[in-house]
Amino acid sequence: MSKKKKKIGSTVFMVLMVLFLYAPIIYTMVFSFNEGKSLTNFTGFSLKWYSKMFANKTMMESLFYTIACAVLATAISTVAGTITAIGLSKSRRAVKSVVEQLNQLPIMNPEIVTAIGLLMLFSAIHIEKGFFTMLVAHIMFCIPYVILSVMPKLRTLNPNIAEAAMDLGATPWQALTKVIVPQCMPGIISGALIAFTMSFDDFVISYFVTGNGVSNISILVYTESRRVNPSINALSTLIVLIITVALILVNVIPSIASKKEAKLAVDKDI
Amino acid sequence: MKQFRKMVYPYLLWSTVVIAVPMLLILLYAFTSGGNSVSKFMFSLHNFKRFLTDKTFLEVLYRSLRIAVETTVVCVLLGYPAAYIIAKYSEKVKMRWVLVITLPTWINMLVRTYAWTGILQEDGVINSFLGLFGIGPVTFMYTDFAVILGMVYNFLPFMIIQIYTSLTKMDYSLIEAASDLGANPRKCFTKVTLPLSMPGVISGITLVFLPSVSSFCIPRMLGGGSYVMVGTIIESQFLTAGDWNFGSAISLIMAIIIMISMYITKKVDKGEKLEAINA
Repeated sequence: MSKKKKKIGSTVFMVLMVLFLYAPIIYTMVFSFNEGKSLTNFTGFSLKWYSKMFANKTMMESLFYTIACAVLATAISTVAGTITAIGLSKSRRAVKSVVEQLNQLPIMNPEIVTAIGLLMLFSAIHIEKGFFTMLVAHIMFCIPYVILSVMPKLRTLNPNIAEAAMDLGATPWQALTKVIVPQCMPGIISGALIAFTMSFDDFVISYFVTGNGVSNISILVYTESRRVNPSINALSTLIVLIITVALILVNVIPSIASKKEAKLAVDKDI
Repeated sequence: MKQFRKMVYPYLLWSTVVIAVPMLLILLYAFTSGGNSVSKFMFSLHNFKRFLTDKTFLEVLYRSLRIAVETTVVCVLLGYPAAYIIAKYSEKVKMRWVLVITLPTWINMLVRTYAWTGILQEDGVINSFLGLFGIGPVTFMYTDFAVILGMVYNFLPFMIIQIYTSLTKMDYSLIEAASDLGANPRKCFTKVTLPLSMPGVISGITLVFLPSVSSFCIPRMLGGGSYVMVGTIIESQFLTAGDWNFGSAISLIMAIIIMISMYITKKVDKGEKLEAINA
């Protein structure tokens, strides 16, 4: 009996936990379809706030900047991070530890410290704040995470395979692109996913280093949250949708690809 | 394979410029006065003196630390049971729960914090629910409660996952051994499970305390414009007041406090381990 009671107790606790974690998000999504302006009284279904959102130039612009910055930062930091990680795996210990120490700084430091450091750097070398500075900042904090997710894959790699490829006549470039990179693909993909979501969701660093009318959606939500504006709910719903689709894509594509590969292999065997 | 070594050099240069130099700039500004023009730099401890002698600043520092500690305590109290329950589920169910807990962290923090503003209003859902029992309306917005709630909401998943990971790594035969040797379930938990899961609790504390003490968007959104924490002072020094020297000094003080608290947490953990071994 007491065991059963315990089980009921833990189930209730976990249900409350899920409610706590998800209710606010669902609440926002529901009220994005509200007819009225109220955030507390649901008066009827309408898509009014969505059409208002799409008509709002600042919102669309910041959505564009957010996506553009996330895509560019992800692409650049994934390539740069992978190259660096491969280089690091062959480097001397001293170089390795210097890079690892430097990478720890943006990960361990409070975001606001990283942000003001970058703000002062850009002003010291007289770069005007805008999209470019935001992109540089995002690349800066994304690369360490890409390196962190590629390194473990490289460590488990058998170095003899790349050596063998080169002994058989492959150029170093071929050994890199045909042997090493394909083998650490899972690490590269998860690094890219982390980079994308970090860039897409970033607020503190972007808030300090952007300017000249360039903002991302986090900054927009922050500045708009002071007054009642249900378009923010519509925007939030859109953001949740984008992130969900990105997560599904990343989880589904590799499994589809591997299934296809398996199927091809089977077909060949037949 | 040595030819691949060269691939590190571009990043070495890059990280020196965008990671190391900014940190040096913070140090430089913190220990100087004379504004943003390089030619006027003069070494001084004025910024630190100003912060440490002004009562209002010290009160803000105290409040930030108190809010961060309270947030961390609530996260441990809610996160430990959750992690413990998940760790007891079967392998398949476990993975699903980990997904359920981590999924919200992928969604923009500002959006998740903003969601609470509607719920906590005087005429919001919670107050209409309390109204059914004749309570309220209670003011939630712009209070310590709202700020701590927002932080717990944002950072709790980190705590749960850290504790869960250390619980699943644990060697369960130790618990069986303890109970075979006559320990009751409670003793098994306090003498075996809890000490073995401490590393997870410690890293969870780090992941919650650090962003809580330096956060400035959660206090601004749920605490209102006049709710001041260390993060919000730094923000205003850089974006409105324009006193970068003072702002850098405050950031440095905050970074040092965070480092000290991390050090203490680790020490406490080690001390407990030594005690356990000696006992």
